[in-house]
Amino acid sequence: MSTARAEPRAEAPADYLNVDYGIRSWLLTKDHKRIALLYLASITFFFALGGAFAVALRLELITPAGDLMQPETYNKMFTMHGVMMIFFFLIPAVPAVLGNFLVPLMVGARDLAFPRINLLSWYIYVIGGLFTLYAVVAGGVDTGWTFYTPYSSTYSNTHVIATAVGVFILGFSSILTGLNFIVTIHKMRAPGLTWFRLPLFIWAHYATSLIQILGTPVVAIAIVLVGLERLFRIGIFDPALGGDPVLFQHLFWFYSHPAVYIMILPSMGVISELVTCFARKKIFGYGFIAGSSVAIAVLGFLVWGHHMFVSGQSIYAGMVFSVLSFLVAIPSAIKVFNWTATLYRGSIVYTTPMLYAFGFIGLFTIGGLTGLFLATLATDVHLHDTYFVVAHFHYIMVGGAIMGYLGGIHFWWPKISGRLYPEGWGRFSALVLFVGFNLTFFPQFILGYLGMPRRYHVYPEEFQVLNVMSSAGASILGIGYLIPMVYLIWSMRYGKRAPANPWGAKGLEWETTSPPPTTNFEKTPVVTEEPYIYSHEEELEVG
Amino acid sequence: MAEHHSALAHQFDDLTQQWDASTFGMWVFLVTEIMFFGGLFAGYAVYRSAYPDAFAEGSLHLSLALGGTNTVILIASSLTMALGVRAAQLGDNRATAWWLIATLGLGSAFLVIKVFEYHHKYVEHLIPGPGFLFEGPHARQVEMMFCFYFAMTGMHALHMVVGAGLLIYFILQARANRYSPDYFGPVEVMGLYWHFVDIVWIFLFPLLYLIGHRR
Repeated sequence: MSTARAEPRAEAPADYLNVDYGIRSWLLTKDHKRIALLYLASITFFFALGGAFAVALRLELITPAGDLMQPETYNKMFTMHGVMMIFFFLIPAVPAVLGNFLVPLMVGARDLAFPRINLLSWYIYVIGGLFTLYAVVAGGVDTGWTFYTPYSSTYSNTHVIATAVGVFILGFSSILTGLNFIVTIHKMRAPGLTWFRLPLFIWAHYATSLIQILGTPVVAIAIVLVGLERLFRIGIFDPALGGDPVLFQHLFWFYSHPAVYIMILPSMGVISELVTCFARKKIFGYGFIAGSSVAIAVLGFLVWGHHMFVSGQSIYAGMVFSVLSFLVAIPSAIKVFNWTATLYRGSIVYTTPMLYAFGFIGLFTIGGLTGLFLATLATDVHLHDTYFVVAHFHYIMVGGAIMGYLGGIHFWWPKISGRLYPEGWGRFSALVLFVGFNLTFFPQFILGYLGMPRRYHVYPEEFQVLNVMSSAGASILGIGYLIPMVYLIWSMRYGKRAPANPWGAKGLEWETTSPPPTTNFEKTPVVTEEPYIYSHEEELEVG
Repeated sequence: MAEHHSALAHQFDDLTQQWDASTFGMWVFLVTEIMFFGGLFAGYAVYRSAYPDAFAEGSLHLSLALGGTNTVILIASSLTMALGVRAAQLGDNRATAWWLIATLGLGSAFLVIKVFEYHHKYVEHLIPGPGFLFEGPHARQVEMMFCFYFAMTGMHALHMVVGAGLLIYFILQARANRYSPDYFGPVEVMGLYWHFVDIVWIFLFPLLYLIGHRR
């Protein structure tokens, strides 16, 4: 540059982050990458809030007596913990953040098929969140996140309507995200990117989207009916009119069981990417992993009755649901075995994302196997509504889904932020999380097996040791979540600049710059080979 | 590559891909809608099989004449909608606008009749809730039947209102000469939605109005 006034940003090419700094450019953006970051900020907020409620629960449970809060308060705490974590964090976590960011990049498109609908989905999420926050501020809700009738429709004196409206509205954001992904994956793949060349992350999101568009509307109408019954006393779940409260459970679990797969499937997609990249080896059984995602989505719709073994459904229905629930174990096991086989004779690099992947595989396996205990009719009668169930689904939803989410956040952080996170801190916090998680939730398996019921603020004295362990673990777990939050934010300003492909990873998202330009690619990529052509020879240096 | 059409969004390569994606998107959305109404239909199926007599009795209190008229109106509106889509495909914006106005008129007529029907139910104390009055052995179950009547037809009417709002937008677009033989996708997508809402009614009408008139 011969001119004296060199442009300050002359060497930094325009990317999606520095193209505009105004607040309007964020709030009115149609760029899927920016919308992903809007989601990242909002789900982190709800995660922190849901975590705060969990802290209150674990504090109360340190002692057998109910000395910190009233029973009603405790009911509100676990309800709001569940509502925040499930509806506002886990369900949108991977799809709305990582999926939003990566689906167009991975299929080689400039954006999702419907960018405006994508932005709309975030606003719907925020509006649903505001309704629910109103319910929290106004005094909370105590029905449990499941809103079971007739308690929710008739007896509860808390803010059921506001919460239900919030969850109802939120559902549409989930539907619209799923719709956008399905259309994008069908219609906007780059030339040469055939279905069986798609990354497994995309397959997992496709399966997730199917659940989002098929399940969510059913829970939406169920919630509308609860709201109508509460507001106008016109109840189709009201026994006084010949209605059946258990019908609500059917409609609710028809969505909410598959919703568990909305939470776990995208994380499984993340793990597939991580395992093959850091084993430096082509994924084992690509077709089986892809197919098992779709199989889980389909089978997931046929097993809802296993939540209702003791709620008076027919014993024959119970038996059928039990058998069908066992079937879900097959595609889940296929995934675990294929990941393990990928590791076999791989050149494994123990990066932070890989540690999360290992954590996922271990915790998900425990969570999945204990699910079989609960799918068995006879044992479920004993274990139903005990801490065994609580431990089981936390192993899946926290140990599985959040491990996958954090692994993915670290893996794609260089792409998202254009910066490298501190690898040493990353590994350290992954280990802290793993230890904290197991200390929190493994004792709960034992507590549940011994008969401690869930959703009570008091318990017999002989359970105290295990409960103290659990609470101690929760505080370690909390620290494990705080550390990444701190160093990721730190790295946005002070981290080393990331190259386009710091991991030597395959996939179209690594072929563009970090962070990518607004239109993702300079020119539309053409795909000419299978996915995951990794080789041991390619050196991988990680600081 | 075709020349850059003003209606081509930046994420698409050409208008064909854009048309393909938006049509497919609407089909996916309609699947969602089917599941949404499906929850209500499932509940209806459960209770009607549990209380067949009460549902038949309640059905006798619905006006076959008004319901039948509305059915004919909606089928006619599907025809005008289809003709509007065809006009848009041919690039005839004037005809498109007029057919869509006809569709809007028929849809509004449907809603007006629906309001009269609801008013009738109010006068006869057939609105579920504290004001519900019904003499007979199955009074409470008849109330349940009316819960379904209002939930299902109400949800359907809500979709009609949304459809009417969308029609106004498309009429204005057609009057601004937006459509041409290579850009008519949005009208077609609107048509898909309208036909879907009509088909829901085709199921609602017999399930609610005709089950009492067996003889």
